[in-house]
Amino acid sequence: MTISILAPGWQTSVQDGGRHGHAALGVGASGAMDEVSRRLANLLVGNTGDAAAIEITLRGPRLRFDVDCVVALTGAALDGLPMWRPVAVRAGAQIAFGTMARGAYAYLAIAGGIDSAALLGSRSVDIAGGLGSPLGAGDALPVAESPPNLHRMLLRRLDARASASSDPDVCAATWSLNPRHWLDLSLDNPIGIIEGAHFAQLTDAAQRRLVDATFRIGGDSSRMGLRLREARLDLREPLELVSAGVVPGTMQLPPSGDPIVLMAEAPTCGGYPRIGHVIAVDQPRMAQRRPGDNVRFARVSLDEAQTRYLERERALTALARTLRERLQ
Amino acid sequence: MNPPHIEALGDSALLIHCGDAIDTAVNAQALAIAHAVKSARLPGVVDVAPAYASVCVRYDPGAWINTHAAQSPFANLTARLGTLVENVAAQADVDAGVIEVPVTYGGESGPDLDDVAAHAGLSRDAVIDLHCSAEYRVAMLGFTPGFAYLLGLDAALHMPRRATPRARVPAGSVAIGGAQTGVYPRETPGGWHLIGRTAMNLFDPARDPPALLTPGQRVKFVSQ
Repeated sequence: MTISILAPGWQTSVQDGGRHGHAALGVGASGAMDEVSRRLANLLVGNTGDAAAIEITLRGPRLRFDVDCVVALTGAALDGLPMWRPVAVRAGAQIAFGTMARGAYAYLAIAGGIDSAALLGSRSVDIAGGLGSPLGAGDALPVAESPPNLHRMLLRRLDARASASSDPDVCAATWSLNPRHWLDLSLDNPIGIIEGAHFAQLTDAAQRRLVDATFRIGGDSSRMGLRLREARLDLREPLELVSAGVVPGTMQLPPSGDPIVLMAEAPTCGGYPRIGHVIAVDQPRMAQRRPGDNVRFARVSLDEAQTRYLERERALTALARTLRERLQ
Repeated sequence: MNPPHIEALGDSALLIHCGDAIDTAVNAQALAIAHAVKSARLPGVVDVAPAYASVCVRYDPGAWINTHAAQSPFANLTARLGTLVENVAAQADVDAGVIEVPVTYGGESGPDLDDVAAHAGLSRDAVIDLHCSAEYRVAMLGFTPGFAYLLGLDAALHMPRRATPRARVPAGSVAIGGAQTGVYPRETPGGWHLIGRTAMNLFDPARDPPALLTPGQRVKFVSQ
């Protein structure tokens, strides 16, 4: 009951809903960069949203399925499998995923979930925190046995509805989710930020620049954070701060003047000024920006950010119900 | 305690502030507040972590919708936390005993011991004696899983961090950075001065408890 990693791609790791409740020990949540795409991949194969899935970065892996699986691929467009729908894959099939032309992260969920070892209650790999490691060539990833009924039924129905695929090892559902509502890879739409505690300490020019200027994502970005280049944001005067909690989305300003937007592997605390926070609903959009991409920011009130978060969660709950019915 | 200053840390987290200095009394307040918030088991609160002078609370805004008042989830949770914190007494010292950390000082284990001694104007042995004579308290964990920031370093041993951080600090390194001392639980980059090393495994995610040093824990170093 495994999936063999023949080649790992750029960086491929297992991510679930995150490792919560251990920040007091210096352990961050980790989890998916694009949490919405990860949840949708799971919902498309009948899993609960918090099940572990495979996170693929920029260039995909080559996988061999050693057992019949029902899978779904979501996120940034990637060759290898039809996306945003359940796909039955036969034991023995080898799938070589391509390279993303836009965006940075895609997610492969497997019906029944992934049964890799959990640490502190989560299967999420935390590369920066040293909890688990990305998948390497030769690894065999244990997959949990999917509920047999669901599995057989899906395979049978997918067989019956198989699209005109030339590949005998793969049959995809004829329907799919419209990613337009769930994935925005456009570089033109600004990313929403809430003012941080030290926003007012920026010079007037820097305050304007933060929302007027177009920044570039630095090459030294990672799951820990995205660095913004050529930002040159200045404080009115240097700030000496006592280290305090930070979270994914927090925009820190080191003395270089180039902000860091903390992402999934955010440390639990930091001592740099907190000039802003990327709002929760825009964190998946931020995550899909890759080194060299442009990014602009727009200010959003805390009330509006929370309202938009609640709307998104309601929409995801409704979609989960619809998918559950369809997969029955 | 007085009503705290609460900072929105984006739309899904907040900081409860109890001061803005690295100070034992302020930190004791932060630990007491963290304990009270955690014990209250508030709905939607997914993580509570103390720092030197604040407590970080991560929450699901969906758990703090009040259909009767047009208040934001942040406003609703903040109101609840305000009441909760006002009823927190400054933490009585809970004596959980002292954890002794055995350390091999100097040499390959502590390549910066001589620099620290020179900076302090002390002999190597005097630095070791001072480092071992104090009783420390864990103020907070951070930087990397299991890294404990310890309060209580003798002022004679305070020393600014290295201008250029090391790319690799060995696991178990005992170090001094500014007014703080601590132990690197695993090999990471690091900018503190390395004065010794312990064989104690401070953090193992597969162990229960995973971290030997937790906020509030008393610590002593013992020279081997």
